[in-house]
Amino acid sequence: MEIKSMRFKANSEASLANVVLQGNLKNAKGKFVTKRAEAIKEIDDFEGTRDAAAAIRNKVIDNLDLWLERFETRAQETGATVMWARDGAEVCRLVTEIARKHGVTKVTKSKSMLSEEAGLNQALEAAGIQPVETDLGEYILQVNDNEPPSHIIAPAVHKSLDDVADLFHKVHGTPRKTEIPALTREAREVLRGHFLTAEMGLSGGNFLIAETGSVALVTNEGNGRMVTTMPKVHVVITGIEKVIPTLEDLSTLMRLLPRSATGQSISNYFSILTGVKKPEEHDGPEHLYFVLVDSGRADVVGGEFHEMLRCIRCGACMNHCPVYQTIGGHAYGWVYPGPMGSVLTPLYAGIENSIDLPHAATLCNQCGVVCPVKIPLPDLLRKLREKQTEAGLRPLTERIGLRVWAWVAQRPALYGLGARFGARYLKWLAGEDKSIRLLPTAPEWTRGRDFPAPQGKTFRELYAARQKSTKGSA
Amino acid sequence: MSSREEILGRVRAALHRNAGNAAAAREVMMAALANRRPGPQPAVASEPRALLERFRLKSEQASSTVDIVASDAEVPADIAKYLAAMKLPTTAVAWASLAALDWAGAGLKVETRGARDADLVGITGCFCAVAETGTLMMTSSPDTPAAVSLLPETHIAVVRAARIVPYMEDAWNLARAELGSLPRAVNFISGPSRTGDIEQTIVLGAHGPYRVHLVIVEG
Repeated sequence: MEIKSMRFKANSEASLANVVLQGNLKNAKGKFVTKRAEAIKEIDDFEGTRDAAAAIRNKVIDNLDLWLERFETRAQETGATVMWARDGAEVCRLVTEIARKHGVTKVTKSKSMLSEEAGLNQALEAAGIQPVETDLGEYILQVNDNEPPSHIIAPAVHKSLDDVADLFHKVHGTPRKTEIPALTREAREVLRGHFLTAEMGLSGGNFLIAETGSVALVTNEGNGRMVTTMPKVHVVITGIEKVIPTLEDLSTLMRLLPRSATGQSISNYFSILTGVKKPEEHDGPEHLYFVLVDSGRADVVGGEFHEMLRCIRCGACMNHCPVYQTIGGHAYGWVYPGPMGSVLTPLYAGIENSIDLPHAATLCNQCGVVCPVKIPLPDLLRKLREKQTEAGLRPLTERIGLRVWAWVAQRPALYGLGARFGARYLKWLAGEDKSIRLLPTAPEWTRGRDFPAPQGKTFRELYAARQKSTKGSA
Repeated sequence: MSSREEILGRVRAALHRNAGNAAAAREVMMAALANRRPGPQPAVASEPRALLERFRLKSEQASSTVDIVASDAEVPADIAKYLAAMKLPTTAVAWASLAALDWAGAGLKVETRGARDADLVGITGCFCAVAETGTLMMTSSPDTPAAVSLLPETHIAVVRAARIVPYMEDAWNLARAELGSLPRAVNFISGPSRTGDIEQTIVLGAHGPYRVHLVIVEG
């Protein structure tokens, strides 16, 4: 997918000015947050379960080479073919080759963020193979001129009922429907035909299980089951970091994934797929391929951002992020939005291509608190900021400003004087309102809200006075 | 160099892999693979009646309907009653493992085969059921094709009360003991298919069944 993360500021301004989008975001955010809060109450030892989940992910990532070899061997023993792709271009090449080998003209797809990374749909189309997205949200976006997703779990969360009604009326040439069940039925009927005629099904993978050489797939709609049951070929595209040890570990992670993602105790469908169909079976693919993708992941192993590899793609961090809730997913400019995206995009798409993303956070740690595998997202964002500064990627004014601040902060007397002057100046600027409508040095900050002016003395002054009075009374 | 070697090579370099630490790490890996201890689990009472009640409650929360009958012989009549009440057709596709039941006696026309697009009602059993989440565990085989619980708009599953286990981990142990290795597809099903992709409003019947009816057999 094209990287547009350099345009973060312009993108987010456009999102803020988009009245329809603001309404849709406001509508969605309450639902995700409330449902998750209810669902995690069912887990008696939620913190213990999070610890266990993080430990499971660490166990594999700390020795990823061995676990990958183990998974590969087990998968091959079940009759699957395991392939490796360095980057998105290689994913596109391998999948196109598999399709050609089996005479495939149509591919039904269950949601795969990695195929978004790779731009696989465009590559298949160029090769004369028709890709059909079957997740309702992804389908809505595909028929809307291949619009990119704005959320990893709910790709069309930015769209309203009216948007979808207009779109289906236009694309399907049917009378305009205004009820959500009727629109869902319409998509079901269109897609059922594709499920039955596609020669190849393509899915992502929520987890790869080393014990059994299987892929675990989590869906609610049943499209994941369709694309892995009906066509004769099934291709799984996943990142190399998705391996977990055993079926018991899978059960632990599944107590957290649906609850964190959609606030469900369990997703409607949860499939563990192992090998190919036996000749006497009625359904299932005759050929199973795994495409294990690097695309920047190997470079994160063993480094200072390795904790990010624990991510199980639940989306809780974005659902709880005040920045995501305000600007939506498109502003982030690549596949992954929200806090996890602000870490992954610099790592996978280049730190120089995403200058603003590590700053698109208030560091409030809502994301860290809800993360089911305890990824310290604010710490990672802070580290990325340091990297940018070290690499000289931040603007000159900011770098000089920080250096001046550091120089002053190391001189307590000067710092105290500056703070006293600053506080008085801001109070004067506010006048009788006690809040500032326009900050001369940061007009962007006060465009959407007033800046509360400091009242009275500074902390250092109050502290000094208090020390004095305590001593006096002793 | 192949992509495989390049990717694994980069991972090995990042982890400072050498012959010495590989042996130790492999031992840790084998121990992790042999470890069958479940992680933290929410409390689920394991007494049979409590298991059945929990399974029923969680299934209903997932929008399934549940009937309880005393024996296999009562299953066809219960299903016929459900289909009549829902004004659904009396023709169905079913798993071969259910062929012995007296469907015709209950006025139903049931064929045991793989599912087709035109099938409106699919009747299955299940490998076992998980009380924690109200979930059916389906294991694929020639006699238990996966599409019967997927293509029809109505899915009816026969669940033996004795096969309701507290946790998913218990289901894995049953599968290991009875099947040896995993079948091609293990499908866990919790209620009818659904989507919330338009305005986060839940709609039942996305690509799979619109309704799931469970018949629990106590005997």
